[in-house]
Amino acid sequence: MTADGPILSVRDLTARIVTRKQTVEAVKGITFDIKRGEAVGFIGESGCGKSVTARAIMRLAPEGMRVDLGGSVNFCGQDLLAVSETDMRNIRGRRIAMVFQDPMTSLNPVITVGAQIEDMLRRHTGLSGPAARERAIELLDQVGIPFPARRIDDYPHQFSGGMRQRALIAIAISCDPDLLIADEPTTALDVTVQAQILRLLLRLREERGMSLMLITHDFGVVAGMVERVNVMYGGRIVETAGIDEIFRAPSHEYTRALLDAVPRLHREGAEP
Amino acid sequence: MSDAATTNERPLADTTSSAARRIWPSAGQWLLGLGLVMLAALVLLTLLAPLIAPYDPSATSPNSLEGSSAQHWLGTDAIGRDVLSRILVGGRTTLFVTFTAVAFALLAGLVLGLVSGYVGGWVDEAIMRVLDVVFAFPVFLLAIAVVAALGPTVPNLILTIAIVYTPAMSRVVRAPVLSVKKWDHVEAARSIGMSELRIVIRHVLPMVVSPIVVATSLTLAQTIFTVTALSFLGLGPPPPDPNWGGMLADARQFMELAPLTVVGPAVAIVFATLTFIILANGLREVLDVGSSR
Repeated sequence: MTADGPILSVRDLTARIVTRKQTVEAVKGITFDIKRGEAVGFIGESGCGKSVTARAIMRLAPEGMRVDLGGSVNFCGQDLLAVSETDMRNIRGRRIAMVFQDPMTSLNPVITVGAQIEDMLRRHTGLSGPAARERAIELLDQVGIPFPARRIDDYPHQFSGGMRQRALIAIAISCDPDLLIADEPTTALDVTVQAQILRLLLRLREERGMSLMLITHDFGVVAGMVERVNVMYGGRIVETAGIDEIFRAPSHEYTRALLDAVPRLHREGAEP
Repeated sequence: MSDAATTNERPLADTTSSAARRIWPSAGQWLLGLGLVMLAALVLLTLLAPLIAPYDPSATSPNSLEGSSAQHWLGTDAIGRDVLSRILVGGRTTLFVTFTAVAFALLAGLVLGLVSGYVGGWVDEAIMRVLDVVFAFPVFLLAIAVVAALGPTVPNLILTIAIVYTPAMSRVVRAPVLSVKKWDHVEAARSIGMSELRIVIRHVLPMVVSPIVVATSLTLAQTIFTVTALSFLGLGPPPPDPNWGGMLADARQFMELAPLTVVGPAVAIVFATLTFIILANGLREVLDVGSSR
């Protein structure tokens, strides 16, 4: 693996969701790379397979469903689809971390925020007791929670939506992952808070040199956040392009349709 | 507004309406308080029974079937034993069997319900079908059959009652687990590499505690009844140690001569049952079981 070679290289990944009644092919053979420190966006409408792709990399299946994966997911020279569940558990959180869509429900409501960060530290770094607590306060500070030493013993319901998402990001980055997968991290938040969370993700990515896989259906979110965008439709990547190109000259019809769906303040061509 | 505004102050709503409400406890809080006081009385009286009891509960005397007097507040039974002392000491056996049996049923129900609900699939099917078979028998009939087969000793009685109430406990545990396991924080815990066992203990179990607490209290009420009924039928702890059901059975023949010998243990049984029912209702109100979060 070279210094700027891909940290994650996915080849011909397929994901079939098997339920009792039917089998749905949610991801139909996609191929992409994410380089070290690179931010890549995945954009597409609901049900296009972007979240399933993210979960496939983590080998997580939605509750009550079985997901059959095919192809290969090469992460730092290891095929994640081939490693044992125990090894995979050591990779989850430690090397690849994930931030979910809904901060209101992604924290355990009966455990303090601090304890949930400390759980993660204990699991992967062996830090415990006062050392873990100190680190947890540090992490809360890094994600911009004011008075972290006081807020660490708060329960999630004492946090606002934006703060909870910050806390979840603190958990995700606590073990310095190589890759952070953010699945619609701002969808459940107010617009102003969205901007703050995106700036936070951007800053953390730069500080830590981690790669970012940003999943969204909103072009406004990927603009200014990522270098490259994969447009997904119907379980396939229909277009991959640099962020500038995609806004300037979208080549695929579906990308153009998606871009046209973004409401604008003024029409293009109105200016000379 | 989210981040800056909510730094350290508690929500404003705390000051007026809910403070006023706090002075007068809600109906549920009254019930819970009453239940706890009754439970404390029950536990204290039976735990301290050997110290409080005015007579040796097994000591006979020639004054049989006496009414209430200064020496024997609740009179004496057919062979001259003090009824009050026997109720106090007998409560130890009855309540010991009840609590231990329900504790075992709870433990088994927790394990079976959590495994069944969380793992799902064929494991769930297998566990629930086996429990359905047990569940299909009327509680009392099954209890009589098992005790009759094993013999009426205290350990057998406990085992029997634990078996009889395990299916109901398992179901109470399993039902909320089915929905809690789909919650986002469970998936989030999985995404940080937490083991399934730890997820169940830390992220699933705490969410299902309230209905379990209420169900346990109700089961205690039912179990008191089952234990005393079995004892009444002669399937309880063997004599000479007193127990409420057995006392009732012995006194039944002399009901006209000495009504107090029947009324005493009967009141004790009703009081104990009522304690757990009131406790269950109070807990249900206070823990908000049944309404969605």
